[in-house]
Amino acid sequence: MLEIENLEVAYGSIKALHGISLKVPEKSIVTLIGANGAGKSTMLRAISGLVKARGGVVRYAGEDITNMPAHSIVARGLCHVPEGRMVFANLTVEENLRMGAYLRKDKAGIAADIDYAFTVFPRLKERISQLSGTLSGGEQQMLAIARALMSKPRCLMLDEPSLGIAPILVRSIFQQIVAINKERGITILLVEQNANLALRVSHYGYVLETGRVLLEGSSASLRENPQVREAYLGD
Amino acid sequence: MEWFFQQLINGLALGSIYALIALGYTMVYGVLRFINFAHSDVLMLGAYAAFFIAPAIQPLVPLPSLTGALLVTLFSALICAGIGILIEFLAYRPLRTRPKLTVLITAIGVSLFIEFTCQHKAVFGADTKPFPTLLPSTDFHLGSLLVSSNDLVVMFVTVLLLVGLWFVVQKTKVGTAMRAVSFNQQAAALMGVNINRIISFTFGLGSALAAVAGILYAMKAPGIEPLMGVQPGIRAFIAAVLGGIGNLPGAALGGLLLGLLETFVGGISGLSSYRDGIAFAILILILLFKPAGLLGKSSVEKV
Repeated sequence: MLEIENLEVAYGSIKALHGISLKVPEKSIVTLIGANGAGKSTMLRAISGLVKARGGVVRYAGEDITNMPAHSIVARGLCHVPEGRMVFANLTVEENLRMGAYLRKDKAGIAADIDYAFTVFPRLKERISQLSGTLSGGEQQMLAIARALMSKPRCLMLDEPSLGIAPILVRSIFQQIVAINKERGITILLVEQNANLALRVSHYGYVLETGRVLLEGSSASLRENPQVREAYLGD
Repeated sequence: MEWFFQQLINGLALGSIYALIALGYTMVYGVLRFINFAHSDVLMLGAYAAFFIAPAIQPLVPLPSLTGALLVTLFSALICAGIGILIEFLAYRPLRTRPKLTVLITAIGVSLFIEFTCQHKAVFGADTKPFPTLLPSTDFHLGSLLVSSNDLVVMFVTVLLLVGLWFVVQKTKVGTAMRAVSFNQQAAALMGVNINRIISFTFGLGSALAAVAGILYAMKAPGIEPLMGVQPGIRAFIAAVLGGIGNLPGAALGGLLLGLLETFVGGISGLSSYRDGIAFAILILILLFKPAGLLGKSSVEKV
């Protein structure tokens, strides 16, 4: 579904990604783990068109989408939930969800999907007309995911969904991520610092270190890998 | 008492025009975080557009008349919308990723460029030209109160445009997108919003409002000339800051307040020559206590 070959990104003269290749098969959950500054977020930002790639190819559903404008990439069904949620704090919960459906014209379908979002995240329904800037971090994360689902994506990229969120909400958010993948067949590329959690919900994983792929393998095998256990799982 | 109502009407009429101009400054600031100094020149171009369109449509639609005035205003607004979009495209878009100061200085450059090009005798010339009468005007006498129908038109048009703008920004898809872009451009792009299109739309909308303001201003002024936008432009910019830059109701409120301050202080005999000094001293005081402007809020984003 998503194939990246030798992706290179630089901020000015500082290289952030030194030619990364990875594959995300259809309907799977693939995770990118690694320390701060490993290039995980940069990777997602380059795929979704927020930063320019200096080299390499991003192929989505067989099409070369390298360096396309971000709004054209969303239109193709590849949706990025950025780090820090980036919900529109000055818009209400409902307006945020409607922004997620910006490219859709089917009014009835949008209304039905808003209702569906509320069954997935009931807490959002209670806050429907509240400005989203007044939500808690966890609620904002739920809103960010729900908003992304409003675009009817085939592939979802999630950047640190657990960041700064109460542990009890982290669990429920990750349950929903798994459900989104299983029940709706949405392919997921998950970036996480919480490697333990990420490797438990995903099928395949890549370990990034300073802009390079250090290791890759099935998530089960990575969890057993002594190097991963020591550096990322806190053993 | 009559004095008070007379100044109130004059102040509201003047303030309405400031409000319309201030909306353009604040909208552009909202999406791009810089002050488009060329905005005041778009206002002047709006007045000139009307100046040239009026005689052109005269054979078809009699002037002064309501239909005629509406047509002239509509065409001028469309022309200015196009000019605003063009200014953004040519001057500001190439600098989108540059520091804001670069864009700000460019905006001053664009403003001076328009002003001095228009002053050239091959363009408009520097002399003051009489503005055509677009609307039949009458003066109403209420007791000793003198109300010009033009003042009422100015206030009516302003209220109408404010309501219209509020509707567009709050209730339509493009307005929601404008607010989204204003909050975070990248996040808006990830929703599938074409940022450039929204920015063009914002410039077009603000410039169309400036054109209407320019025509209303010209209706009250002795004539039009290429620097006519400078004074109301600076005041409207201050009005936008006073109301809380980036905040639409704030811009309207700031404009009205500034217009009222100016006429009330100017109406006190003996103080009229200190009009601007006193009006601006009050503004400085307000900003000392409310640095974000009257309606400006510190953001409520949680992280």
